[in-house]
Amino acid sequence: MTKYLLLKHYRGAPEAVNAVPMDQWTPEEVEDHLQFMADFAGRLESTGEYVDGQALSPEGTFVRYDGEGRPPVTDGPFAETKDLIAGWMVIDVDTYERALALAGELSAAPGAGGKPIHEWLEVRPFLSAPPTVTE
Amino acid sequence: MDELLLRELTPAVIGVLVHRGVDFATAEDAVQEALIQAALTWPDRQPADPKGWLVTVAWRKFLDARRSEASRRDREQRVEAEPPPGPTETADDTLQLFFLCADPSLTPASAVALTLRAVGGLTTRQIAQAYLVPEVTMAQRISRAKRTVGDVRFEEPGDLATVLRVLYLVFNEGYTGDVDLAAEAIRLTRQLASMTDDEETAGLLALMLLHHARRPARTRGDGSLVPLAEQDRSRWNTSLIAEGVAVLQTALGRDRLGEFQAQAAIAALHADAPRAEETDWVQIVGWYDELLRLTESPVVELNRAIAVGEADGPVAGLAALATVDPGLPRHTAASAYLHEKAGDLRAAARLYADAARSAPNLAERHHLTRQAARISQALRG
Repeated sequence: MTKYLLLKHYRGAPEAVNAVPMDQWTPEEVEDHLQFMADFAGRLESTGEYVDGQALSPEGTFVRYDGEGRPPVTDGPFAETKDLIAGWMVIDVDTYERALALAGELSAAPGAGGKPIHEWLEVRPFLSAPPTVTE
Repeated sequence: MDELLLRELTPAVIGVLVHRGVDFATAEDAVQEALIQAALTWPDRQPADPKGWLVTVAWRKFLDARRSEASRRDREQRVEAEPPPGPTETADDTLQLFFLCADPSLTPASAVALTLRAVGGLTTRQIAQAYLVPEVTMAQRISRAKRTVGDVRFEEPGDLATVLRVLYLVFNEGYTGDVDLAAEAIRLTRQLASMTDDEETAGLLALMLLHHARRPARTRGDGSLVPLAEQDRSRWNTSLIAEGVAVLQTALGRDRLGEFQAQAAIAALHADAPRAEETDWVQIVGWYDELLRLTESPVVELNRAIAVGEADGPVAGLAALATVDPGLPRHTAASAYLHEKAGDLRAAARLYADAARSAPNLAERHHLTRQAARISQALRG
């Protein structure tokens, strides 16, 4: 089994096909979308492939070390950062193909007009612990 | 097996060990081990004297631990040589434990964890689950907390206000794992109230009971939030409300107002309205004025502005909101609500969408997104 991160971006991914912002949807469309997301996670739980899912606040700050005895330097939040992560789901699946298939399903979450959003999700494998048997 | 009985006995058993000369951190570990053993063996055969059983087993666990620490042999022999304790066995040190676990030297997260374990009798695993952190992390947090209070004398009188703050934090966390933290906070606050003669402890208990009473109506089956005005009030727990109101009235009767009593009074006024439209907002604004005087908290100022909007109309509410720091969480949501009430739907839709983006949790984000969607739909006609 390999763990994959399915990463959703607020910004930075190529534009979705159905890119109407959520607050412009009808209340029913919002409802259907949320239901889809809950069902999707529930289904992966039942297949034993769900690990974690979290949403992130859009506000963030960059921080770096500024030398001994000095407070860290902070910068941001940047309104125009190129890339902005919205949240993730971590799945634990047998194959890369399975990870892609699930990301594809998730990208089909319904949006405006009840049509799939076709949003771009980033799929990244976790670096795992070194195996015990190497030869 | 009665898990609650086990948990209720926890602080008293720790107290017995401390009175026998064991330091708090070691006593707490020994009792935790005894609890785990009880969880394994009691289902088959619960002892006739559960407390005596726990004391005996915890004492044995302590001696085992000591024996395995050769470097402390001197102290071990001294403790073992002590005569069997007398009347201290019946003394209840639960209150002292409340103080110790909420010692001001602890961070809030540490105080919460230590209180749940040493006073609440929960296992590290249960606490870790409730706060969604790995068990190892929670174990470290607890052992660091115990080291931090290592030099605090057990008998030292503590600060009740910090204990109340810790219990309030536990209550507000709600419930995510197997353990219902809100119910646990109520149990502990009830216990604390029975040992102290303090209006604010009673006020906090009343506040918790009154909010807990609304829980069946607060979320839908899918976990989404139902705002107070839309809750099905027939689902509120009337016996919890009755108890909360009674506790509050006794406290208020003593005329020593504090912030928890004032917050409970506001909750009681909501509980008193059979329908949202019958809410006595004028009185609620009065209590917010008291609360503001007591706390000078900007969050109170924000909530007061919403109450003013209900009592005197949205224009007055917006005027009150204008003096509140716009950087506060939920400021935008409050502004959206008041703009909608005032009939400015365009501004309301925009503000709800903004508020959804900055919402501190998903349930609120979804709720605010729905509001934005609802108003946008109305605007499109």
